[in-house]
Amino acid sequence: MTTLLLIEQILNGLQFGVMLFLMAAGLTLIFGVMGLINLAHGSLYMVGAFAAAAVAEATGSFLLALIASLIAAAAAGAIIELVVIRRLYDRDHLDQVLATFALILIFSEGTRWLFGSFPLFLDIPDALAGPVILPGGIQYPAYRLLIIAIGLLIAFGLFQLIARTRIGIQIRAGESDREMIAALGVDISRLYTIVFALGAALAGLAGALVGAIQSVQVGMGEPVLILAFVVIVIGGIGSIKGALVGALLVGLTDTLGGVLLPGFFGTFMEPSAATAVGSSLASMSIYILMAGVLLFKPTGLYGGA
Amino acid sequence: MQFKSLILAAGLAALASAGVADGHGGTVKVGMITTLSGGGAGLGIDVRDGFMLAAKMAGNDNLEVVIEDDQRKPEIAVQLADKMIQSEKVDVMTGIIWSNLAMAVVPAATAQGKFYISPNAGPSALAGKGCHPLYFNVAWQNDNLHEAAGAYATDAGHKNTFILAPNYPAGQDALTGFKRMYGGELAGEIYTKLGQTDYAAEIAQIRASGADSVFFFLPGGMGISFLKQYAGSGVDLPVVGPAFSFDQGILQAVGDAALGVKNTSQWNKDLDNPTNKAFVEAFQAEYGRLPSLYASQGFDAANLLLSAMAKADVKDADAFRAALAAADFDSVRGDFKFGTNQHPVQDFYVREVIKEGDVFTNKIISASLTDHVDAYASECSY
Repeated sequence: MTTLLLIEQILNGLQFGVMLFLMAAGLTLIFGVMGLINLAHGSLYMVGAFAAAAVAEATGSFLLALIASLIAAAAAGAIIELVVIRRLYDRDHLDQVLATFALILIFSEGTRWLFGSFPLFLDIPDALAGPVILPGGIQYPAYRLLIIAIGLLIAFGLFQLIARTRIGIQIRAGESDREMIAALGVDISRLYTIVFALGAALAGLAGALVGAIQSVQVGMGEPVLILAFVVIVIGGIGSIKGALVGALLVGLTDTLGGVLLPGFFGTFMEPSAATAVGSSLASMSIYILMAGVLLFKPTGLYGGA
Repeated sequence: MQFKSLILAAGLAALASAGVADGHGGTVKVGMITTLSGGGAGLGIDVRDGFMLAAKMAGNDNLEVVIEDDQRKPEIAVQLADKMIQSEKVDVMTGIIWSNLAMAVVPAATAQGKFYISPNAGPSALAGKGCHPLYFNVAWQNDNLHEAAGAYATDAGHKNTFILAPNYPAGQDALTGFKRMYGGELAGEIYTKLGQTDYAAEIAQIRASGADSVFFFLPGGMGISFLKQYAGSGVDLPVVGPAFSFDQGILQAVGDAALGVKNTSQWNKDLDNPTNKAFVEAFQAEYGRLPSLYASQGFDAANLLLSAMAKADVKDADAFRAALAAADFDSVRGDFKFGTNQHPVQDFYVREVIKEGDVFTNKIISASLTDHVDAYASECSY
């Protein structure tokens, strides 16, 4: 394996990681602040992608499409929080899982009803369509670099929001003692709606960004949701920092595992068997990583006690 | 006691005469299990629409179809098959798109005496040693389109091809089929996850491999993702694939990135025969879109079944099987016949992706393999 290829694969891992971070950040905030397991987070990712595809189709502007994905997902998030989720805070996790699973089905069927079962297409703007040459002669798609940049910017913004703003203080307070901040006069239900909408918007943005390089289709959110859960378990539930570190770890492990393991087995096995063993082991690698982390840190890397 | 058996006998006689009164067939109940949701939905919907179009055009009231969605999950397909066999009491099953699902359902269904007509999946395991008298494949054996692609890659002078396919039975058949007919070297061989949507890592490997061309088999949404990412990566090696990677449902989403790509198929909408013309026209009129090869396979599956219904009663398994094996129907592919393992013996073509007005579609540019028999037929004996 050449150094160039390795660097390119590390960039791929980073790009995958920051995408997972956008999903995991919302999930971990919602779980941390409200104690709610939201299986429908993947549906919000899908809503964002579909909104972006529809707006891009109508206006031809990618920027407007991204804005639409944020607004549509935040609105969808706020609505389900007000209508459904609000009734679930006091229930146990099984009820939450059941109700949010029902939301997945409703969103999937609703989207199918509106847009049909065929995948939609969302094109990358022409200016970002080709590759760029990085120092060292690495060719890398410009759009993927942009995704990495946007992801890191949002991570930075979220840290600032949580650490330095009034709403951030309320979120942190909500994580540690719900009753107390309600007693101090903070409108807790408004806070919950805001946090939920914020998480939803991030998921929607991730959906739109990824939709442009993959395909926009019903059910696109669920595979990502599973990975996002792995990320927050690794990072520690409720921790944004944990979500970032966990997401990058999972992204890099998944990408590099898929590339390096078949090569590793290829040194002593015949090629087709090596590919088979290597790729099956690679798809397990993130779960092995998760098990390893939990073994030493049962609450995750940055989880509370 | 005697009275009771008399009633029973009378009842049986009535049943028997009811069958005769309907002419040959009596009602045939078809259980269709196919993929109608998720990333593979486009394929199942096309098979279903093609099948139902043929049924509608035939106007045969004796054909009853039960349709269920397997969500591309083997365990759901197995549950649905049990339900269809045990409580719906279907006579014939069809519809499965994915080979891993076919492997989970077909052997059990045929073992329980149900006919199975495959409109798509053709895993090698069911074409060779695992063949069954009640199993018919109206589409192709999985290897076939890839064999045609291998033959084309050799003709086109590709010497160092990078090949990739998802890691499931049809993906393994695909790469086996390609290699069977391909004369050059392999720059690399990768199995991806079924349903994978990000191919950045694979594309980086293609770039680093020094290949002169790429062969890939990625049906449904996987193909859209791969082609879009491939176009954005700056790797501009020629691409060859089976029709699945460039079918009508995928092309609109891929757009310009697919223009000019060569792919291999047993069918195309410009095949010149009256059945095909009527099919393409009727499909567009009914559904408002161009048919894909999956739709053509669904259409042929229904017409095969209808032809057998006209000749024999499904309750008489031997006669019905002989009627199916005769394949006495007008296929959209022109001439159609089954080989000894009840898989098609047929021609394959090379197509090119073109743009007709605003619509991306395929055009046949040459023949690839003629009267091609799959590689497993000789291993099959009933």
